[in-house]
Amino acid sequence: MESKIKPEENESRIGAVSMINGPVIHAVSMKNFAMREMVHVGESRLLGEIIRMDGDEATIQVYEETQGMRVGERVIGSGESLSVSLGPGLIGGFFDGIGRPLSALLEKEGRYISPGIEAPMIAPDRMWNVTPMVSVGDMVSSGTLLGTVQETELTLHRIICPLDIEGEVIWITPQGNVSSGGIIAKVKNALGRAVDVPLTQRWPVRTPRPYRERLLPNEPLVTGQRVIDGLFPLAKGGTAAIPGGFGTGKTVTQHQLAKWSEAQVVVYIGCGERGNEMTDVLEQFPVLEDPRSGRPLMERTILIANTSNMPVAAREASIYTGITIAEYFRDMGYDVALMADSTSRWAEALREISGRLEEIPAEEGFPAYLPSRLAEFYERAGRVVTQYGENGSVSIIGAVSPPGGDFTEPVTRHTKRFIRCFWGLDKNLANARHFPAISWIESYSEYASEVEEWFQGNIDSRWGELREKARAILLEDEKIQQVIRLVGEDVLPDEQRLVNYTAFLVKNGYLQQAAFGSDSYSPPEKGFAILDMIMHFYDRGLELVRQGVPISLIRENNAVEEITHLREFSAEDKSSFDRALKRLDNHLNRVGSERTREQEGIK
Amino acid sequence: MPQTEYVGISQVSGPFILLEDAGRDAFYGELVDVRVPGGGASRRGRIVSLSEKATLVQVFSGTDGLIPSETRVRLLNRTLEVQLSPSILGRTFNGLGEPADGCGPVFGGKRVDSNGMPLNPMARQYPKDFIHTGISAIDTLTTLIRGQKLPIFSGNGLPHNQLAVQIATQARLMGSENFAVVFAGIGIKHDDAEFLTRELSEKGRTNNVVTYLNLADDPVIERIATPRMALSAAEYMAYELGLHVLVIITDMTSYCEAVRELGVAAGEVPSRKGYPAYLYSDLASLYERAGVVRGLNGSVTQLPILTMPNDDITHPIPDLTGFITEGQIVLSRDLDGKGIYPPIDVLTSLSRLMKDGIGHGFTRDDHPNLASQLFASYSHVQDVRSLAGVVGEDELSKADKQSITFGDFFENRFLKQGKDEDREIGQSLDMGWDILSTLPKGDLTRVSLDEIKAHIKD
Repeated sequence: MESKIKPEENESRIGAVSMINGPVIHAVSMKNFAMREMVHVGESRLLGEIIRMDGDEATIQVYEETQGMRVGERVIGSGESLSVSLGPGLIGGFFDGIGRPLSALLEKEGRYISPGIEAPMIAPDRMWNVTPMVSVGDMVSSGTLLGTVQETELTLHRIICPLDIEGEVIWITPQGNVSSGGIIAKVKNALGRAVDVPLTQRWPVRTPRPYRERLLPNEPLVTGQRVIDGLFPLAKGGTAAIPGGFGTGKTVTQHQLAKWSEAQVVVYIGCGERGNEMTDVLEQFPVLEDPRSGRPLMERTILIANTSNMPVAAREASIYTGITIAEYFRDMGYDVALMADSTSRWAEALREISGRLEEIPAEEGFPAYLPSRLAEFYERAGRVVTQYGENGSVSIIGAVSPPGGDFTEPVTRHTKRFIRCFWGLDKNLANARHFPAISWIESYSEYASEVEEWFQGNIDSRWGELREKARAILLEDEKIQQVIRLVGEDVLPDEQRLVNYTAFLVKNGYLQQAAFGSDSYSPPEKGFAILDMIMHFYDRGLELVRQGVPISLIRENNAVEEITHLREFSAEDKSSFDRALKRLDNHLNRVGSERTREQEGIK
Repeated sequence: MPQTEYVGISQVSGPFILLEDAGRDAFYGELVDVRVPGGGASRRGRIVSLSEKATLVQVFSGTDGLIPSETRVRLLNRTLEVQLSPSILGRTFNGLGEPADGCGPVFGGKRVDSNGMPLNPMARQYPKDFIHTGISAIDTLTTLIRGQKLPIFSGNGLPHNQLAVQIATQARLMGSENFAVVFAGIGIKHDDAEFLTRELSEKGRTNNVVTYLNLADDPVIERIATPRMALSAAEYMAYELGLHVLVIITDMTSYCEAVRELGVAAGEVPSRKGYPAYLYSDLASLYERAGVVRGLNGSVTQLPILTMPNDDITHPIPDLTGFITEGQIVLSRDLDGKGIYPPIDVLTSLSRLMKDGIGHGFTRDDHPNLASQLFASYSHVQDVRSLAGVVGEDELSKADKQSITFGDFFENRFLKQGKDEDREIGQSLDMGWDILSTLPKGDLTRVSLDEIKAHIKD
């Protein structure tokens, strides 16, 4: 043990364990430690964080299993709060909640994660080809681009001067290899001292990274999911929540967003969820191609996993680890999308630790500070002007797992206060295997009007008009459905039956989208084409109904039924859409002219 | 290391005893022996909270008859372990992993900590292999995959045990026969235990059945240990003996109740319905012990059974379970009342892993879309039935009447099957198409136009 203690760890910085209760322990002789400091606990050097100090005694939440620990084992400070390493080597990485690379742990210890195991977040001997962007004599400060590394084909990693460094460059690495543990520049600061600028920086995860100013989120984060892009769009830098009971498809939706969102970097946090789900991502993403660049999705993805069977305190940390990495890439001027699945598990981790601290619980056992923690997290999203001067954004999409699917429970309710886009998952839709099961009644997006201009400029000028129309039909159909449930469809006037049938087409032909196969990613153009066709059918159908054509004649035809199969065409296949439109028009023309002839015949 | 023994305890409260001044010798989670001279066999306990002055021990078989001043507590210097060797195959143990079949102790092999350790997600292999169960509703609509954890949500009086037996005896893992069953009974009735052990060993394709039994009248606290024993055995058989292990655990409701009882006795702040806040993490530490490990031959598939209190699926036990497991098979009292076996409510049932284990290269190309269509059409049947309840069946439109017919066919032909009937997957899928042909083609929006042409005759 002696050899493991670093020189700066003198006697006054060693405490002793005095009480053990699951992941919460108490230690004494702790008065020289700092609140929120990371410590190594016990003979197996388990990682922990100081969460309360009382005189000589500290309460520590331990990120690993404490079984086997004894009273009297020592506690050693690390001198920093929970921090992550930021630099080339993060992309494609797979980390646990406190930033340990799971691949290195696998190599070191085999298939189980044993307590006390350590590995640097980025191996210090990994080499990177750095292209310097400043020269000796240049003045640099926080935000100056010092160099770049082509980390993957999809990601150019920009090394930006950290916050606390300012002055004249006295040495810069030449074009060539620098190790992750190495330095890329030396800067002479105002005091005349030379400061090393490392390739890999450290940053405390609970502190948001700074930026110059916030921008309005008015550009959509295109997700390739019709129900989202079309009805409830998310903006770059926006916040969204996906609540749903079990089996409603939260995780599949999150995976879809991670795959197809138009972001340059995706951070996916598996927080207290299933191990196999992370394995799924790990096996799929290296094979799946980004639809825009054709490169493997893994080249822009970072995974963080603290599965449900891993220690609970690290689950609490995983959210912060993820958002800090996301902010780091934002600072390079990128659009980053962060998925957190599930924020309820994180809230429950807070509750569990709070319970062990014997704090007075507020609602349903959750600590009273739950809403403020949620707010702090979601407020780290945003579209900003970075220190570097470019625009960057972090969008947060948080899954919520309400017990019993009840959206009035505390986590869902408080989350709703801090997000602007709500995609409520509906149990009945999921039971009918209508996926994504995003309810068109309960969901909303406050960004819809802000991003409409972008869609109208980039996709079609009628985007907003069609969206409104589709929503109106869905809402009206909801009322009609209630009537149908009471008296059946046959007694309705044909105009209402047309609305009912159009809503059927919108639901089955447009909103529904398989997570697998060719329809998995649907560019906005394709969604628009389908919706356009459905609304075209509605408009013409309404004319015919008003002329007295029975609804059954209008809808019972292959050309109409085929509308629900339009999504099987690929987005590029314009001719198929055109042919389908022609068939539809032919059918409607025929029905219309037959009616006219009939009426003339009567006359 | 010598084992330290203490004489005298200071407090007995429910299943807990308080030991003073043992703090320097004990470690957190250590197993202890508790005994009263002349008071019969020693009891096992576990240290659940530890400080210099006070050590809290949870006694598995209860604290009745303990005399504080005479009670002796010996620190065993190990955690709750289970003895494992190839000779456990065919054996029966009690809830704490001690032999209960009169065949003597397990010799050789190794002792492992029954808590297991979290598997590195990178070591996992994503489960993809289809398990044939011969039950149409499961094979077609809630496909069981090797390495999956798929619970049966049932209610008192429903045939969950029968279904579990049918799955265990008919299960065929495509391309491999090295198959074993681990059965963990937690707080189950003597009759149920008798039925399950007899059926599993008589009807099964395998003699590789290992049983861990905690019966309804056994100590409640032991129930915490029983599934951990069984899962340790399953992991050993899978990853070291290379077997494909199906673990049947019943009844998880008894397990959760034991956790609650213990939590309340320890004076913890309760969460929903009195269950402790860590029930989710606790259940996850069991359910997550299913899977396939990269580079190893065996696999652990879990089929836990739980009875939903009052048939309420939003009760914390099924609710938390559903959030952890990879789907659920829900049994319906309605269908059972109609005399349909297996009474699987397919709409609320789900297999999360089936998407990758069916279709091209696994079962049949048309399987995914067909399944989706059956769900959609049967879901519509429910709406039509409630309408028929209001206006009467005669008043329904033609399309709605077709829907009702489809519903009846679905339940009486597709769902319903014999207790020993073993249907091939192709047969089940063809039945699916057969009953879909009763519906108008315009309603079939989930299957592709080509599939309609191929499978439905005009």
